[in-house]
Amino acid sequence: MGCNGRSRRGSSVPQFCNSPTMLVMVGLPARGKTYISKKLTRYLNWIGVPTKVFNVGQYRRQAVTTYKNFEFFKPDNEEAMKIRKACASAALKDVATYFSKEHGQVAVFDATNTTRERRAIILSFAKERGYKVFFVESICEDPEIIAENIKQVKFGSPDYADRDYDEAMEDFIQRIDCYRASYMSIDDEKDRNLSYIKIFDVGSRYLVNRVQDHIQSRIVYYLMNIHVTPRSIYLSRHGESELNLLGRIGGDSGLSPRGQKYANALATFIKNQNINDLKVWTSHMKRTIQTAQTLAVPYEQWKALNEIDAGVCEEMTYEEIQEHFTEEFALRDQDKYRYRYPKGESYEDLVHRLEPVIMELERQENVLVVCHQAVMRCLLAYFLDKPGGELPYLRCPLHTVLKLTPVAYGCKVESFYLNIEAVNTHRDRPGNVDVSRDPQEALQTVPDHV
Amino acid sequence: MKHRSPSEHPHGQRARAPAKSPSSPPLLQQQQHAMEDNAPSNPRELTQNPLKKIWMPCKNGLPEKHISQRKVCMTNCPTLIVTVGLPARGKTYISKKLTRYLNWIGVPTREFNVGQYRRELLKIYKSFEFFRPDNEEGLRIRRQCASAALNDVRQYLTSGGQVAVFDATNTTRERRDTILQFADQNGFKVFFVESVCEDPDVIQENIVQVKLGSPDYTNCNSDEAVEDFMKRIKCYENSYETLDEVLDRDLSYIKIIDVGQRYLVNRVLDHIQSRIVYYLMNIHITPRSIYLCRHGESELNVKGCIGGDSGLTLRGKEFAKKLSQFIQTQHISDLKIWTSQMKRTIQTAEALHVPYEQWKVLNEIDAGVCEELMYEEIQENYPLEFALRDQDKYRYRYPKGESYEDLVQRLEPVIMELERQENVLVVCHQAVMRCLLAYFLDKTAEELPYLKCPLHTVLKLTPVAYGCKVESIHLNVEAVDTHREKPENVNIHRTTADALQTIPAHF
Repeated sequence: MGCNGRSRRGSSVPQFCNSPTMLVMVGLPARGKTYISKKLTRYLNWIGVPTKVFNVGQYRRQAVTTYKNFEFFKPDNEEAMKIRKACASAALKDVATYFSKEHGQVAVFDATNTTRERRAIILSFAKERGYKVFFVESICEDPEIIAENIKQVKFGSPDYADRDYDEAMEDFIQRIDCYRASYMSIDDEKDRNLSYIKIFDVGSRYLVNRVQDHIQSRIVYYLMNIHVTPRSIYLSRHGESELNLLGRIGGDSGLSPRGQKYANALATFIKNQNINDLKVWTSHMKRTIQTAQTLAVPYEQWKALNEIDAGVCEEMTYEEIQEHFTEEFALRDQDKYRYRYPKGESYEDLVHRLEPVIMELERQENVLVVCHQAVMRCLLAYFLDKPGGELPYLRCPLHTVLKLTPVAYGCKVESFYLNIEAVNTHRDRPGNVDVSRDPQEALQTVPDHV
Repeated sequence: MKHRSPSEHPHGQRARAPAKSPSSPPLLQQQQHAMEDNAPSNPRELTQNPLKKIWMPCKNGLPEKHISQRKVCMTNCPTLIVTVGLPARGKTYISKKLTRYLNWIGVPTREFNVGQYRRELLKIYKSFEFFRPDNEEGLRIRRQCASAALNDVRQYLTSGGQVAVFDATNTTRERRDTILQFADQNGFKVFFVESVCEDPDVIQENIVQVKLGSPDYTNCNSDEAVEDFMKRIKCYENSYETLDEVLDRDLSYIKIIDVGQRYLVNRVLDHIQSRIVYYLMNIHITPRSIYLCRHGESELNVKGCIGGDSGLTLRGKEFAKKLSQFIQTQHISDLKIWTSQMKRTIQTAEALHVPYEQWKVLNEIDAGVCEELMYEEIQENYPLEFALRDQDKYRYRYPKGESYEDLVQRLEPVIMELERQENVLVVCHQAVMRCLLAYFLDKTAEELPYLKCPLHTVLKLTPVAYGCKVESIHLNVEAVDTHREKPENVNIHRTTADALQTIPAHF
C-alpha cells in the first residue's frame, strides 16, 4: 500500500499511491453527488492528493448548448441517449488523460451512473487501464432534503437560468422521475466484490464494502464526518502581540495593549453575532489564549493550532533573517509552500499537522478558531479551495474576523475588521527571488515595524 | 488528550432550519463607542504550567481553576460500548484491541468481560450444557453476572473512566434493552459493535487461537474442546437477534461483517464514536509481523548528546549492514520500510537497498532548548527542568519542545497505518520507539518513557491470540547505552550528583 520507489523527498507523509483511483458517484439527481464530489476533491487536493472532478452534466451542457426541458432525459429519447453516452465517454477519455499525462491520482466521476450497465462500462474502462474504482452512492428519499437541494443548487444552474422558481422545480422533479424507473442501486449481493460506500439519508447510516487501501479508508472517514447542518466557522488571529510590534516572527509573546483591545472587541462582536452553541479553539501559545480568555467562555487548546515553527529563525526580524540566513530567505521566496525552515516546518508540514483540526471542524457546527497567520492561511485555503502556490500569500491581517458559511457548493466569506489598529504582518513575494539578489531586493516587501 | 473536542450534537440528522440568523450589527458605531468608553478590561494574568508548558489563567501567581481550564475531554458523557455477536466472532479480540488503542491515545477505557464474571462465580466449567437456553439455573447465574458487570461499569464510568467496553454476546434484543435502560438511567451514551461472521474457517481459527487456551478448557484435549464449543455456539443461535436496520434504526452501532469485508454504520453521535469506527474499519487479522528498531548508533549518541540530526558512526553503519542481512534471512513477504526524516534513520535504511518511505512524524521527540545537549549540560543549565522531567517524564514538555504525550498524539496516524498494513519495518528513534512499543504491548503512560529500546536491537512483534509476541534480536554490533533510568531523587533541590546518578556512560 506504499509507493514502490522513492517517496517525494521533503513531504511530511508518505505518498500512498499505487494505481490511480476513480471515485464513481451513484445516485438520482439532487442526492448531493456534486456536493460530495466537489467537497471531497477540495479535501484531497488540500492534503496533497491531486484530484479532479469530471462532471458529465458539464459535458452535456457543452454538447447541447441550450437546455429545453426534462424531455431530454426521457429514457425513450434515443437522440438524447446518444448524446449522453458520448458525453460520458468524453469524460472518461479526459479521466485517462488526467491520470496518464497530468499526474492526477484521483478522478471523481460525477454523474448519476444509476444503471448496472453504465457502471459495468466504467468498471471495464478502469480495469483495462489498471485504475482502482470506488463507488460512492447517495440514497435519500426525504422530500424536504431533496427540495432544499434543488433550491440551493439547481436554481442557480445554467439549465434554469431563464426559468422562474416554480417552473424550474416542476421540471426538475420530472427530470428525477426519468431516472427512477431504471435506477438500480448497488446490489449488496451481486456487487459484493466491488468497493463502495452507500450513504443513506445524508449520513444517518453508511454501508461500506471492501475498502482496498489507504486513500479509500481516508475517503470513507472523511465522508462519514461531514454534514450539511447550517453553521458558520469564524477564523481569527490572536490580537496583536509584542513580537508583532517588533516585526519578529514566531515566539510566544503576550498581547500588546492594542491586541488586548482587539480581544475585547472580539468578545463584543461574538456576543452580537448571537451564535448558537459556539465552540472556541485556540493554540497552546500565549497570545491566542489571552485573546480567548477575554471572551469569558470555555475554550479548547489545540497544540496542532500552534504557529508554524520557524526553527532557527524563531523570533528574528526579516532583516535579521536576510543577514544571517541569506540563502534560506531566498529559497523560501522561491517556493514558500514547500520550503522548510532549518529545524522548523514548512507550510506543507503545517497542512498535515492541521488535518485533524479540519476533520473536527467538519464534524462540528459553530466554531471560532483563534490562531495564527500561517495556520489561518492553511485553514482558509482548505475552505476556499486555494492551491499550494496561493496559500502562503493569502491575506490574514490582524484584528480581522473571517466568517465562513457553507452555501451551495462553496463557502461564503464575510470579513469583519474590528477597527482596532495593528501592524501589518503580510509580506508579499518580492520581485527578485534569486539567491544572489541584493538585500534591498530581498527586503523590498517587508512590512513596517518598530 | 489535549487536542480533540467533543461534538455535542447528534450527527447525521437531516439538515435543520438554520439557527436564529446571526445579526450583523452596525459594528463600527458600536466599536467606537466601546473603545472610548472604558479602558480594556484587565487581562487576566496567564501563567505557564512548568511541567506541561500549558498557559492558564492565574491569580497571585498561582494557577486558577477556571471553567476554561477544565480537563479537555473527547466526550461529554461517558460512553458504553456494547459488543454483540455469537461466540467466536472476535468480540473479545475487538474489545481488548479497542481498549488498548483508546487508552494509548489518552481516553481512559476498560473492558468488562461477562465471561470472566461467570468464571469467577462458577469456578468450574463442566460443559456446553450450562449455556442451554432451557437451563434455568444457568440463565439465572448468567443474568447475575451481567448485572455485576454493569455495576462495575457504573462504578468505573463515574469515577474517572470515560469508555467502558461491555464484552458479552448480548444477542437478544431483550438483553440489549436492559443495557440501554441502564445507560439511560446513568446518562451514558451507548454504541454497539456487532460482529457477524459465517465463514467456518474463520470461526475454526478463532476457536483454535483463543478458546483452546481458555480456562474453560484446560482439562480437555483439542478435539473435545472444539466439539464442546461448537455446541455452545449452537445454544445461542436460535435466540440470536441481530441488530436490525429498521427496528434498531435509532441506535448507534457498527456492524462488522465477515471480519471487515463490509461495515454497516448507523448514527455515529460524536467524536469518540467516529474515531472508534475509523479504527475498527482499519484493523485486520491477516498474520504479519512488525519490526521496530532504532537507527544505527549516531555521532551524537557516542557523545552522550540528545536529539540533533547527526549521521551514523562506523558502528552504526555496521549495524545497518547487519540489519540488511537480518532482513534478508527473515524472508519477509512484501516488506514495507518506514523511516523518519532525520539523517540517521535514512542512512540506516539506505543500507537495506530497498525502497523506503519517510515520515516526518517519526522524527525523534523535540527537546526544544535542550537539543544536542548532554545530560550533564541540561543539569547545569536547566536543573529545574531536569528535575521536573524526572517527576513526570510522560507529561513533561521540553521548553519549546515536546512531551511524550505530544509524541503519542503525533504518532497516531502511524499506528493507524500500521494497523492497515501487513509486514512493516519501522526504523525510528528511542522515544518514538517507546511510544509505538507501548501501544503494541499495552504499557501505561508511567512505564512508557522507561521502556528499554537499546541501539542495534530489532524487536519483532507478531500478533497472537489477544496480544503480541515479542522477539528481541540483538544484531551483535556494539553501541553506547542511551537508556537513563529514573533517579531516586527527583526533587528540584537535589544535588547534581543525585540528578546525574543514572546517566549512561559516554565519551
